[in-house]
Amino acid sequence: MLSIRNLTAEVNGKEVLRGINLEVKAGEVHAIMGPNGSGKSTLGKVIAGHPAYMVTGGEIRYEGKDLFELEADARARAGIFLGFQHPIEVPGVSNAQFLRLAYNKQAEANGREELDPLEFDDYIREKIAVVGMRPEFLDRSLNEGFSGGEKKRNEILQMAVLMPKLAILDELDSGLDVDALRIVGEAVNGMKSKDRAILLVTHYQRLLDHIPAERIHVLSGGRIVKTGGPELALEIEKNGYDWINAEVGA
Amino acid sequence: MSQSLQAVTGQEYKYGFVTDIESDSVAAGLSEDTIRFISLKKGEPEWLLAWRLKAYRHWLTMTEPAWADVHYERPDFQKIVYYSAPKPKVAKYASMDEVDPELKRTFEKLGVPLNEQAALAGVAVDVVFDSVSVATTYKAKLAEVGIIFCSFSEAVREHPELVKKYLGSVVPFSDNFYAALNSAVFTDGSFVFIPKGVTCPMDLSTYFRINNKDSGQFERTLIVAEEGASVSYLEGCTAPQFDTNQLHAAVVELVALDDASIKYSTVQNWYAGDKNGLGGIFNFVTKRGLCKGRNSKISWTQVETGSAITWKYPSCVLIGDGSIGEFYSVALTNHKQQADTGTKMIHIGRNTKSTIISKGISAGESSNSYRGLVKVMPKADGARNFSQCDSMLIGANCSANTFPYLEVQNRTAKVEHEATTSKIGEEQLFYFQQRGIPSEEAISMIINGFCKDVFRELPMEFAVEATKLLSLKLEGSVG
Repeated sequence: MLSIRNLTAEVNGKEVLRGINLEVKAGEVHAIMGPNGSGKSTLGKVIAGHPAYMVTGGEIRYEGKDLFELEADARARAGIFLGFQHPIEVPGVSNAQFLRLAYNKQAEANGREELDPLEFDDYIREKIAVVGMRPEFLDRSLNEGFSGGEKKRNEILQMAVLMPKLAILDELDSGLDVDALRIVGEAVNGMKSKDRAILLVTHYQRLLDHIPAERIHVLSGGRIVKTGGPELALEIEKNGYDWINAEVGA
Repeated sequence: MSQSLQAVTGQEYKYGFVTDIESDSVAAGLSEDTIRFISLKKGEPEWLLAWRLKAYRHWLTMTEPAWADVHYERPDFQKIVYYSAPKPKVAKYASMDEVDPELKRTFEKLGVPLNEQAALAGVAVDVVFDSVSVATTYKAKLAEVGIIFCSFSEAVREHPELVKKYLGSVVPFSDNFYAALNSAVFTDGSFVFIPKGVTCPMDLSTYFRINNKDSGQFERTLIVAEEGASVSYLEGCTAPQFDTNQLHAAVVELVALDDASIKYSTVQNWYAGDKNGLGGIFNFVTKRGLCKGRNSKISWTQVETGSAITWKYPSCVLIGDGSIGEFYSVALTNHKQQADTGTKMIHIGRNTKSTIISKGISAGESSNSYRGLVKVMPKADGARNFSQCDSMLIGANCSANTFPYLEVQNRTAKVEHEATTSKIGEEQLFYFQQRGIPSEEAISMIINGFCKDVFRELPMEFAVEATKLLSLKLEGSVG
């Protein structure tokens, strides 16, 4: 589904990705781990098409097509979802309004029927239950005054509404308490399917207790320096990142 | 960034066209003779001419205000044409069918609901076209309940006692430089009188349009609501595209007696000049409402999107005990536009209340200032004010300022002021784009959300128009 080769990128003239290679197939769950500043959030933003990041080399193929041909909004409509570490607040725009527009844009692009506010209301009610939210949540302004945990739940609600093919979840566990993490983890696990790939970007192993990943990639200095199975994450939890850096001489 | 952001905010004025109608104009320039000409042309009574001349003589002693945060070349008042009336091809219109077809086409291009649409929408439209009212609809229907809704000139002819009683009672000719100029040379405008106890059965609407090159437009509007009366008045404007700056200096006076209420809504879309700031309307307007009676209420709602320069402070003077003043405003500036706008709430009576909700949106290289005065006089026991001033910046080259002035001379008064600044930048747009929403629609959605508190004060059809207008002003050639 996602194939990245020799990807390099810079932001404000500074090189932040220095040759990423990654293969993710439909149905798989991968985790990108690494210390702060290693470039793991950047990778998600580059895949999603953030305009501040300039790709300087390499390629990303998504479902066999060149991803760089598509603008950020077109990538989203093609099924790429980025769960933000810090979702923005938008006063005056209700959560429901935003979700419906996003849903309909995707439906329109994929030849599915758009939903009117009443139909959407039925649709969304099933979804909010999945992330353990009350309906009032939908009437509030998008992320405005939300706690850190509510914002993250809202990201997962958006994922549940859009049902992307590729979900990149950036630091999903930050700002979540144990109970919220469990709910969000279950929601994400419930969306696993053979047609969907999930890329977890995280600093800590604890997220992987809730959402198990079969492949772990360690990013350091803008490169993937080590790849392994679930045991790699456990080792990182025990010993930190320094030993890997020492091992690869980064 | 932000090519997309720039493209979205780069759309040009849609209504730039000139209608070809013969004008009956006086030569450019201002003198007592010009004023006598205007007064004669309009067949005015002696007292009104005397009032104009007093205003003119006072104006000669005044200088243009320089305190507003706007920069422009001062108009040459001797180059302005102070009177121009379209020559009708027939003397009188028995029906709308006889109105100059050229004129009607202009209104159609603007989407003015002059004919049957007006009836369906329940709106009576008094059209001001280059200083003279051309068509007035629904007068008969309104007259049944004693409401007078007509051009200012007609009011001077038909109801001189009312005009004489209230003209200048809210904005005296000596008030400020532009109000004095307007008082000397105003050519026409609208007059509304709602008698005691009458609720106006429909929204009253006027579309202003400046059409003649170099003709300054000096409108005068006077609305009086007697005891227990209420009315909702709508004003909307667009103008054609010109290269020379056009001065607009209107005066609007509202008077509300005991238990009366006046709601005055404006959607303003005058030509703002091109991307380089060339041309565009100078909009120097004095709007003031007098809550003269107990428990009276005056509410201003404005959506300001046009003009090269806007200088405008719709205000309320709260004299009657328990009276209420409200100001809801959205001011959008783009390219090189400059706006210095806000309100004044003067609390004089006891238990008077005022609310100010101001939303400023700046894009391009524009500058957008809120300037507001809340003044509580010594006898205004229990006065309350709440002000909320929010600014939104789109892109990195625009500016927003807030200048709140609070003068409180009564210990029992409560005055609250809140202000926020937010911006639409790359991160905000990327969040929307990442959910599949193109940047144009994202901006439109963010802006409409930002302005929601003001839009819901607008009458329904105006709210729809305002929403479209803001999108139009900010959307463009993306994609």
